Amino acid sequence: MPDATKLVISNSPHIRGGETISKIMVQVFIALMPAALAAVWFFGLAALEVMVLCTVGCMAVEVLWNKAAGRSSDSWKDGSAALTGLLLAMNLSAGAPWWICILGSLLAIGLGKQLFGGLGYNPFNPALVARVALLIGFPQLMTTWVKPAPGQWLAYDALTGATPLAATGKELASIQDLFIGNVGGCLGETSALALLIGGAFLLVRRLIKWHVPASFIGTVALITGLAHHFNPELTPPALYHVLAGGLMIGAFFMATDMVTSPMTANGALIFGCGCGIITSVIRIWGGYPEGVSFSILFMNALTPLIDRYTIGKPFGYIRIKKEAAQ
Amino acid sequence: MSDNPRKFKGGVHPEDSKALSASKPVQTAPLLGKYTVIVHQNIGAPPEIVVKKGDLVKKGQLLAKASGFVSVPLHAPTSGTVTAIEKSPGPACVSVPSIEITADGKDEWGSPFEPIADWRNTDPAVLKQRVVDAGIVGMGGAGFPSHVKLSPTKPVDTLILNGAECEPYLTADHRLMLEQTEDVLLGAAILARILGLKTAVIGVEANKPDAISKLNAFASKYSVTVQKLRVNYPQGAEKQLIYALTGREVPIGGLPMDVGCVVQNVASAVAVVEAVVKGIPSIERITTVTGEPLVNPGNWRFRIGTPISKALELAGGVKYQPAKLLLGGPMMGFAQNSLDVTVMKNTSGILLIPVEQVSQYTSEPCIRCGRCVEACPMDILPATISQAVENERFDWAEQLNVAACIECGSCSYVCPSHRPLNQHFKRAKAEILAARRKQQKK
Repeated sequence: MPDATKLVISNSPHIRGGETISKIMVQVFIALMPAALAAVWFFGLAALEVMVLCTVGCMAVEVLWNKAAGRSSDSWKDGSAALTGLLLAMNLSAGAPWWICILGSLLAIGLGKQLFGGLGYNPFNPALVARVALLIGFPQLMTTWVKPAPGQWLAYDALTGATPLAATGKELASIQDLFIGNVGGCLGETSALALLIGGAFLLVRRLIKWHVPASFIGTVALITGLAHHFNPELTPPALYHVLAGGLMIGAFFMATDMVTSPMTANGALIFGCGCGIITSVIRIWGGYPEGVSFSILFMNALTPLIDRYTIGKPFGYIRIKKEAAQ
Repeated sequence: MSDNPRKFKGGVHPEDSKALSASKPVQTAPLLGKYTVIVHQNIGAPPEIVVKKGDLVKKGQLLAKASGFVSVPLHAPTSGTVTAIEKSPGPACVSVPSIEITADGKDEWGSPFEPIADWRNTDPAVLKQRVVDAGIVGMGGAGFPSHVKLSPTKPVDTLILNGAECEPYLTADHRLMLEQTEDVLLGAAILARILGLKTAVIGVEANKPDAISKLNAFASKYSVTVQKLRVNYPQGAEKQLIYALTGREVPIGGLPMDVGCVVQNVASAVAVVEAVVKGIPSIERITTVTGEPLVNPGNWRFRIGTPISKALELAGGVKYQPAKLLLGGPMMGFAQNSLDVTVMKNTSGILLIPVEQVSQYTSEPCIRCGRCVEACPMDILPATISQAVENERFDWAEQLNVAACIECGSCSYVCPSHRPLNQHFKRAKAEILAARRKQQKK
């Protein structure tokens, strides 16, 4: 007979599905691997160095900050800090000096996450907070990209100018190069192919909803397509916009951040469209060549509002209203 | 009706773990020396005790009479002496009034009712009165008095028998449908007559193909349609079942009759057959005794008032100490802290959960992953409501329709942060109710 005094009393349900935060984080980490490998292929070991520095840096800041704040310091184990680190690295150039990586980690975990109370409480995507803060603080450093040198591990050559998005007319990179990633840019934004593989993994594993990437990329394609159609001088064609810059990584990995994007399907659609509109406007008419980060941060700020106005009607609600109307 | 019923939104797919007991035929538990019948076994008012200590009772004799419309009578599980009327361990971890009967071993019937063999030509009102007198409740777990559902105040056009048994581990209804197939169908026919309907539909989850084909073999004889249901917890929840079979949405706070439906559990339907055709009140039921820690899980026919310890003994005892003892299934059942609680009319399962499956979790912050929103069959926002509750904003929880929550536990099941969502909703409902009562007093 079981010992009744040792029986646990708690509320139902008494079994759980086995999903955990760290399992989710690990899977997103895996989804970033194609892009990480592509970065090492195109930019050499310098890319690996940036990724390691940022990942370790973010984990270290998470531990130290929690210690300093007197909180339990094992939250780094959930993998969210490491993921933020890798995402931050994806937003930096392979030529980023070590101190940019460390400062970025401090900004991402400290300013972007812990200052608001840690995982789950941050209104803005921590990696993007760091990217934008660095961009404003060190505009020169943050917009100097390494020229891709496929397969050459040690050679790197921090010379090329702005991203393909800043190019005009004849200098436009070929669509094929953009798709594969043989262009200058941050580690994670160059290879559309690698990002699509990772994005497909996220979708298949149901870690993200299709709503955000579809509406985000769709809106950008629509607006830039229209703009190009009416004035080809103004901006490159839609496909170029879709493949170039940070759109792919933004749409699949940054805008889909669970904590900072809306929870409902309708909310996610609004969120994605908003990101797409702002990105297009900045890219076509704005002062910066790239607008993905700004658009996501701006929509992050609107997330609570979107959540509030997209509360659906529960099962069994419609009938009440109908009856009341009769 | 189509072969592919509608899919209700959300739901989860827990490991069903039914193989432990699904192939074990129902055994009748031997007569015990003592039964402790818990007085309040139904939703609604507790019945009024009509016996006193020292009384001799016959099997089936009235122990307590219904104390109102939403209340059911209670009958003696065997013949013997009333040896105590006092508090004993109840299903909610507090002691509750019970009637102890020491058996005389003769198991003599007091046969309170005349069998109604010719029910087809009997006045439906007489049949319904029999359901009232026999003390039948929803035996799937809810314990709602069956006769209340048979007295709709709105026009009803559909009778649904619930054979979904969507809770993991439980196989009592499965065995019942397999072994007493015609009784289930006959019950449907009698219930239909009481409601003035010609037909009924019985919904069974697709993971019980043997029960479905056996029911199908006899269904037309009783003008019953058998409907295979998707395997998706909580398929057996009343509102989800009605939607799957008819496409109708029961309004929040409403009843099935608001959409012209009456739902009865299959075991309750068989209890109706016993009461009408054989004149036997509700004094026994089939219960699944299961869980990995048990030596010999299975399905037993227990008399009401059988202690859990006896049930576990019949199942061969335990191989190792379980973490939890539940009445009902793992998704909605109630954790127990005593082996002296006794089988009630709504005890569908006695379940032992091993420690691996209930390893105790620490609740972590919500990462807004939205899994709970996707899993919620009522289409509310569990994460947001839970936040409202944490901030003691029960008004906000009310606005977010916490009242629609059916406490199925799907949200808690999928939550990667192991947040106590279901507890939060129960608390919110209690607080809202308390606030409303306070307001009414003013």
